[in-house]
Amino acid sequence: MKIGLKLYASLSKYLPANAERNEAALIVDDDATVGAVLGKLGAPPENCHLVLINGAYVAPSERDDHKLNDGDVLAAWPPVAGG
Amino acid sequence: MGWTEKVLRVNLTAGTCVTEPLNMQWANDYLGQRGLASKYLIEEIDPKVDPMSPENKMIVATGPLTGTAAPTSGRWSVITKGALTGAIACSNSGGFFGAELKNAGWDMIIFEGRAASPVHLSINNETAELLDASELWGKSVWETQDKIRETKGDSFVRVAAIGAAGENGVMFAAIVNDKDRAAGRSGVGAGMGSKNLKAISVRGTLGTKVADPRAFMKAVNAANKILKENAVTGEGLPTYGTQVLMNVINESGALPTHNSADIQFDGASKIGGEAMTEPRASDGKANLVSNAACFGCPISCARVSQMDPEHFSIKGRQQYKEKSGGLEYEAAWALGASCGVDDLEALTFCNFICNEHGMDPISLGSTVAAAMELYKIGAIGDNITGGMSLRFGSAEDLVAICEATGKGEGFGAEIGLGSKRLCEKYGHPELSMTVKGQEFPAYDPRGIQGMGLTYATSNRGACHLRSYTVSSEILGIPEKTDPMATEGKAGLVMAFQDATAAVDSSGTCVFTTFALTLDDIAPEISAATGGDWTTERLVEVGERIWNMERQFNLDAGFTGKDDTLPKRLLKDAAKTGPSAGAVNRLDEMLPEYYQLRGWTTDGVPTDETTGRLGL
Repeated sequence: MKIGLKLYASLSKYLPANAERNEAALIVDDDATVGAVLGKLGAPPENCHLVLINGAYVAPSERDDHKLNDGDVLAAWPPVAGG
Repeated sequence: MGWTEKVLRVNLTAGTCVTEPLNMQWANDYLGQRGLASKYLIEEIDPKVDPMSPENKMIVATGPLTGTAAPTSGRWSVITKGALTGAIACSNSGGFFGAELKNAGWDMIIFEGRAASPVHLSINNETAELLDASELWGKSVWETQDKIRETKGDSFVRVAAIGAAGENGVMFAAIVNDKDRAAGRSGVGAGMGSKNLKAISVRGTLGTKVADPRAFMKAVNAANKILKENAVTGEGLPTYGTQVLMNVINESGALPTHNSADIQFDGASKIGGEAMTEPRASDGKANLVSNAACFGCPISCARVSQMDPEHFSIKGRQQYKEKSGGLEYEAAWALGASCGVDDLEALTFCNFICNEHGMDPISLGSTVAAAMELYKIGAIGDNITGGMSLRFGSAEDLVAICEATGKGEGFGAEIGLGSKRLCEKYGHPELSMTVKGQEFPAYDPRGIQGMGLTYATSNRGACHLRSYTVSSEILGIPEKTDPMATEGKAGLVMAFQDATAAVDSSGTCVFTTFALTLDDIAPEISAATGGDWTTERLVEVGERIWNMERQFNLDAGFTGKDDTLPKRLLKDAAKTGPSAGAVNRLDEMLPEYYQLRGWTTDGVPTDETTGRLGL
């Protein structure tokens, strides 16, 4: 299945080669989890501070169990803040 | 120690500068800067005073850590009754001006009255004098600083000034120091202009003494270590600045767009922190040149940008082709998403204009967005705008109206009224995205529930920097909470409000609190002042300040009914993203907030509360 991937700030270096402006389409296994996708990209779990699926937060403890659906958008950031 | 224990009182009507001792009892109860200067203001003015009258006062204040070696010790504030809001105003700035003032030997300057003609307050350590500023009046912030430095023959003189916006009574005029740092909110620049005060220049070489240097440096080193090792303050903010938030908030479904008609912006990725680092198609250079730091700051979140010299907004105009203060998140949102404009260079230009002429980009962008909606629905037409079109998404229209506002030209003068007055004038008050007359910033309370309570109860009108619950609700700092939940938000908002009031009174930057806690800051204050400052005492000081500000607003004529949000946020559901279908549920949070605060159901502090806090 196909998902949208968005990696920002220092995580952008883990984007696949087809990425444009922090975004890429990604083919993943049908039963792929959030944790598995990020792991396969090489993004260190401790750096994936903020992980959103379709804008909704997925806690670190849920990422290895949270299965993705076709068309989902996975977005991730390291610890960031502003104001 | 920490405090210089000296206040400069400047009577602009009489043309006098008098030195007074700092009220140390008040310093112990209100710490400094925001808290202490608010205490002075409240003791000295009638809360019902016209903010633009000579009877209003304006206080420029530092904190006990300002100008010391403490990290982020460049902070200073302007406290007055706000021209934009009629509420108490406290606008906080960084740069180098505040530390220079402190190192000249002053905790604060109290301005009263109105000068008969434009003046400039010149401070050289203990010497303060009012100088004629006739030749500076009409000049931009940038020209004013250059001229003062040239006249004094000293390139280290620090200058805080108003531009044309402050001179012309733009209701959201800012006071800009060091050319691109600003005491931006609530119209403090309009108040300064009403006093015929063009600029304050200062040279300070006396230094700031601390009570226990050894303990102080121990606390400072510990704080610096935490800031350096923290992922946010040590890496995220230096690299991407506050602009890293653009994509976070958009993805989270909380980016107010098209005057808050929408909650996500298609062009967000073109105007955020990552986009600022990308090479431009036109010249191959990135918008962002480097980061920059205020006095004593190890975080260095400020942006330095250089525009595409061929961009339509600056073609042929040299003053905008130099490196200058770049976009922060709030400015990029207000001028960008709120107005539907995704041209990064145009937004950078409008930000330059805000620095050059002295305007708050949040209120400017939000007011332009409101005007664009008025224009879209036909409430204002070309006959009223003088032929200027105001189309959502048009970079050309945005650039033209921002420049006209800065200069006070044409319909720009009406934008200078601010969103509330503008929308009321043209019969659509519901289109003004304001609370207590102040435009709200870059977080939509439909997608971040706690920010609704933050805006509704902020003592200076809608503001994110009074209780930045985004940190917890979206960013997970220090702990993640659910942005769509209302349970627990009353306590969260109150805790942020009290802690922030204390930090705002210390002389350091609230951004340190992404890494530091009050447990880390209290030892710095104790060692600097020789006092016994603990987290508990700082929280109590914060609560005292919050209630004091509240009481001032109530005495000024505000009531609990003003603790609300624009109807759009309470009635019109978000259309897209994770918060689709949601409104802000303020009614689920406000009663509990009043209760936790020790206020009546009408939002008035009870006698027990004021008595407990010594108010």
